[in-house]
Amino acid sequence: MTRDSERHRQFSRRTAVLAGGQALLFAALGGRLYYLQSVQAERYVTLAEDNRINLRMIAPPRGRILDRRGRLLASNLQDYRVLLVAEQTSDVELTLGSLNQIVPISETDLRRVLKETRQKRKFVPVTVAENLSWEDVAHVEVNAIDLPGISVEEGMSREYPQGESLVHVVGYVAPVAERDVKDDPLLDLPGFRIGKAGVERAYDKILRGTGGRSEVEVNAIGRVIRELDRKEGKPGADLTLALDLDLQHYATERLGDQVGAVVLMDVESGEILALVSTPGYDPGAFSRGLAPEEWRALIENPHSPLTNKAVSGQYAPGSTFKPAVALAALERGTIKPRDGVTCYGRLRMGGNTFHCWRRGGHGTVDLRHALALSCDVYFYEIARRTGIDPISEMANRLGLGVQLGIDLPAERRGLMPTRAWKASALKKPWSKGETVICGIGQGYVLSTPLQLAVMTARIANGVWAVEPRLARRPAVPPGKSPGEQFGFRPLNINPEHLQVVREGMMAVVNSRMGTAQGAAIKKPGMRMAGKTGTSQVRRITRAERSKRVKRNEELPWELRDHALFIAYAPIEAPRYAIAVIVEHGGGGSKVAAPIARDILIAAQEIERRHASPLGAQLEGQEDDAVARWVAGLRNDGAL
Amino acid sequence: MRFSLQAHAAPTVWHKIGHVRWSLVALLCLLAAIGSVMLYSAADGALAPWAGRHALRFAVALGLMLVVALTDIRFWLRNAYAVYLGVLLLLAVVEVSGTIGMGAQRWVDLGVINVQPSELMKLALVLALARYYHGLNPEQVRRPVMVLLPLVMVGLPTLLILKQPDLGTAVMLLAGGGAVIFAAGLSLWIVGLGTAAVMGALPVAWQFLHDYQRARLLTFLDPDRDPLGAGYHITQSKIALGSGGLFGKGYLHGTQSHLNFLPEKHTDFIFTMFAEEFGLVGTLTLLAVFAAVVGSCVAIALRARNQFSRLLAIGVTTTFFLYVFINLAMVMGLIPVVGVPLPLVSYGGTAMLGVMLGFGLVLSVHVHRDVQIGRHSWGD
Repeated sequence: MTRDSERHRQFSRRTAVLAGGQALLFAALGGRLYYLQSVQAERYVTLAEDNRINLRMIAPPRGRILDRRGRLLASNLQDYRVLLVAEQTSDVELTLGSLNQIVPISETDLRRVLKETRQKRKFVPVTVAENLSWEDVAHVEVNAIDLPGISVEEGMSREYPQGESLVHVVGYVAPVAERDVKDDPLLDLPGFRIGKAGVERAYDKILRGTGGRSEVEVNAIGRVIRELDRKEGKPGADLTLALDLDLQHYATERLGDQVGAVVLMDVESGEILALVSTPGYDPGAFSRGLAPEEWRALIENPHSPLTNKAVSGQYAPGSTFKPAVALAALERGTIKPRDGVTCYGRLRMGGNTFHCWRRGGHGTVDLRHALALSCDVYFYEIARRTGIDPISEMANRLGLGVQLGIDLPAERRGLMPTRAWKASALKKPWSKGETVICGIGQGYVLSTPLQLAVMTARIANGVWAVEPRLARRPAVPPGKSPGEQFGFRPLNINPEHLQVVREGMMAVVNSRMGTAQGAAIKKPGMRMAGKTGTSQVRRITRAERSKRVKRNEELPWELRDHALFIAYAPIEAPRYAIAVIVEHGGGGSKVAAPIARDILIAAQEIERRHASPLGAQLEGQEDDAVARWVAGLRNDGAL
Repeated sequence: MRFSLQAHAAPTVWHKIGHVRWSLVALLCLLAAIGSVMLYSAADGALAPWAGRHALRFAVALGLMLVVALTDIRFWLRNAYAVYLGVLLLLAVVEVSGTIGMGAQRWVDLGVINVQPSELMKLALVLALARYYHGLNPEQVRRPVMVLLPLVMVGLPTLLILKQPDLGTAVMLLAGGGAVIFAAGLSLWIVGLGTAAVMGALPVAWQFLHDYQRARLLTFLDPDRDPLGAGYHITQSKIALGSGGLFGKGYLHGTQSHLNFLPEKHTDFIFTMFAEEFGLVGTLTLLAVFAAVVGSCVAIALRARNQFSRLLAIGVTTTFFLYVFINLAMVMGLIPVVGVPLPLVSYGGTAMLGVMLGFGLVLSVHVHRDVQIGRHSWGD
C-alpha cells in the first residue's frame, strides 16, 4: 500500500495543477464577463439600442423535379399565412371572430392562437392560419379595415402534382428534425423543409440552393420598420429525371390494386424509365404533419406503403435467377449448352427429394429448353455441379447481392450466399442441398426488383455492367459508347454464353413450349425475351404433396406465391429491360409476364411516337392527351 | 467519520444511498432547473417545445445517474476495456453507415433512444485510461513506452470523430484523455513533447475540417471576413451579453435574444440569453455554480482510496469542465464557434445523458471511496 500512497501523492500534486488551471480559466471567464457586462456595458447597451439592423435568412426556392420530357414531378406553390399581432388590436377575440367569417379557423387553432397571444409578448406575430390560397388572402386583404392586427405573409409549399404514383421515386420534404445534421444555417429557419425520402433526399443539397439574407430595420422593441437591403440566395437547381411520366403512370395503373413493384430501365445507359412500388402514399402528408392515427395506419398497413419495394423489397428471385445459374455453370464448364439432363420430376440427393414444378418431369432437356420450360431438375443438377461460390460470384457480377448505388436512399443489397457468408453469419457449414435449392432462386437467395432489372439489362447489353440511375444522364457524344461515357465496368462474361442464355429467354416467350408463351409480343421489331419466376412463400409439406398441392387461389393472400417476370425488348437490338414482381400474385407467367409485356409495348410505342412528327406534336401537351392516346393504343390491340 | 466499504461487507443499497454526495446532486438539479427556466424564456414564455421536455429528460437522466452511482466501482474497473471497445465499435459503425447513407450521420439508432457514440466515447475513454494506469506502478508510468497504448486509445476515437467531423468533441477527447494521462503521473518532458506534437498536428487536422468549420475558424481570427455569417453570430452574442449590464433586463425581457438577433438561443447560445436577462450578477452566480460542481468533483477525486477511482473522477470532471469552458468562451468571443452545448442548461438529449452518466461515475467513486483495490488483484 506504500506504492499506492506514493501514487496518491503524485496524483494529488498533478490534480492540484489541473484544478488550479481550471480555476484560472474560470477566473478568466469571470473577468471577461466583468469586462463585457460592467466595463463595456454602456457601449453594448447603446449597440443594443441601435441594433436596428436585423438579419433574416430568406429561404431559396427549392429546385423543381422534372421527368425526361420536362413534365413537373415536384414544384413549389406560393401559399400564404395569416398572422396576428396582439398589440395592434384592441380585442383579439373580436378580430379572430371577424377573420373566422372570411377564413374558417378550426376550434383547436382558435384555442392555440388565444393561448399563444397571451403567452408571447404583444408584438410577436402569431400564425393564425397556414396554406391559404390567393383567393382566401384576397378576401382577407379586402376586409383589412375590420381586421386590425392581421397581416398576410407569403411562403412556399412543395407540391407533388403526380401524387401517390411517384412518391417512391420523388419522395417528399418535411420539417427539419432534431436528429438531422445541421450543416447549413438554412436548416434553422422556422418551417424550413428538407428532402426526407426519394430523390428529394438523395439530391437534397442540389435542390435546396443557398439562402439569401434580408436586412431589415426594426425599432427598439423589434417591430419591422422597413427592409434596408436584400441579398437573394441561389435558388436550388432543377433536377431532371430519366423517368418517363407516361410510362410511370401506365406501369402504376397496370399494377393496379396489386401489391408489387416494377423497374423499367434503359439497357445502354442504365437510366430508370419507370420505378413503381405499390401501394404508395400521399407525399404531402409528411409535409403537413401526420396525425397519430394516420401514421399508425401507414405503419400497420400489411402492404407496407412506406417501403419502396423496388429498391428495398428483398424477395427470393425464384426461377428468374436461373439465367445467372446457367451463366455460372457455362463459365465453370460444368455443362455445355447442348448437354442433356433428364428430368423425372424430382432429384434425390442425400436423403432429400427436390421436386420439379412439373410433377411428371420434362424428360431430357438442354440449356435452352431448360430455360424455356423452367425445368427445376436441370438447374438443381447444374447448381450441384457448379457449387454455390461460383454461382454467387456470377450473380454479383450481374448486379445481384451487391449495392448498386442507385441515387435513392434505402437501397438494400439482397443476399447471395457463399460458404464464407454462412460460416460467419450462421456459424454453420454449407450443405450441398442448399446449393441445389439456390439453383432455382430459393433458399437464402434474396434480390430486389431493381437488381433483377439490372441483371436483365446486363444480360441484354452483354458488354457493360450497366449501373442504374434515376437522374437523366448527359447525352453520349458520337463515336463513344455509353458504357465508356458513363464509366461502367466491362461485364467480362463470354459473349457466346450470353447468347445461349438470351436464346433460352427468347424461347420462354416466343416458342410453343415456353412458360410465358401467352405473353408474347406479336408485333415485329418489338418482340421480347424474358424469364418467368414464381417464388414460394410457404413450405409444401410432404403430406400435402402426396395428396395434391393446393392451388394458389385456395390459399389466403399472404401464403400465395410471389409472381415475378424479367424481360428485355426488342430482341434484335435490346433497349429496355424490365423486372416485375407481384406480391402473392400467384404464377409469374400468368400474372407478372402480361404486365411486363404491356409496359414494354408502351415503352416502344412511346419511343416510336416521339421519333415521328406526330409524337413531336404530342410533346408538351396535357397529360390527359397522352393518356387518351395510350388508351387508343390499347383499343387498337397493340397493348 | 471513517466508514469502510470493504468487499466482504456487502453494503446494502440503502447504505450506499446514504453515501451519495447529495450536495452535488442538488447542484446538478439547480443547473437543470436554470436550463428549463431559460428554455421557457427562449420559447417566448412557453413550456413547449423545449422547457418541458428538458425537465423530463433530466428526470430520466437523473435516474440513470443514480443507478450508475450505486453500481460497484469494481464493476466499472472490470468492464472498462469492454465499454471502450464497444463504444469504439459504435463509432466505427456510425462512420461506415455515414458513408453509405446520404450525408453525415452521427447517430446510432438503438430503437428506444438515439445515442451519439461520440458522447459516450468521452466517458469510455476516461474509463479505459483509468483502468490502464491503475495497473501500472509509478516507475512504469514514467517509462516512455508505456504511453504508447494510451496514445492509441486517445488517437483512434479522435480520428474517427474528426472524420465525422465534430471538432468540439475531438478537442474534448484529446484534452480529457490528456488530463487523465497527466494526472496519472506521466513524466513532464513527455507532457511537453505531447503538447508540441498536438500543436504540430493542427495543420493535419485542418485537412479533416469541413468548409463550414474552416469558415468559422477563419472568421474567428478575422471577424470582418464574414460579417453577415458566422462573424455576425459572435458580434450579436457579445452585444446581447454586454447589454445585460449588472442586473440584466429581467426575466423574459431580453430584447436581443427575443428579437432573433441570437442564433440557436435554445442550444449553444443559451448562456447569452441568460446573461442578457440576469446580468453580471446572474452570470457570476451561474459561473460559481459550475465552479462548485467542478470543485466538488475534484474533492471526490482527491479523497478516493484507489488509483482507478481517482483517475476516473478527475477525467470526468475535466470533461465536464471542458464543456462549460468551451461553451462559455465561445459565446463570449474568446474562442471560435465550435458547437459545444452548455451542459445541463442547453437543450439537447444526448449531451445531457452523457454528462449525467459521467456524474454517475463520479458519485460511484464517492460512494465507494474507501474501497481499496490492488493493482492486479481486485479483491473480488
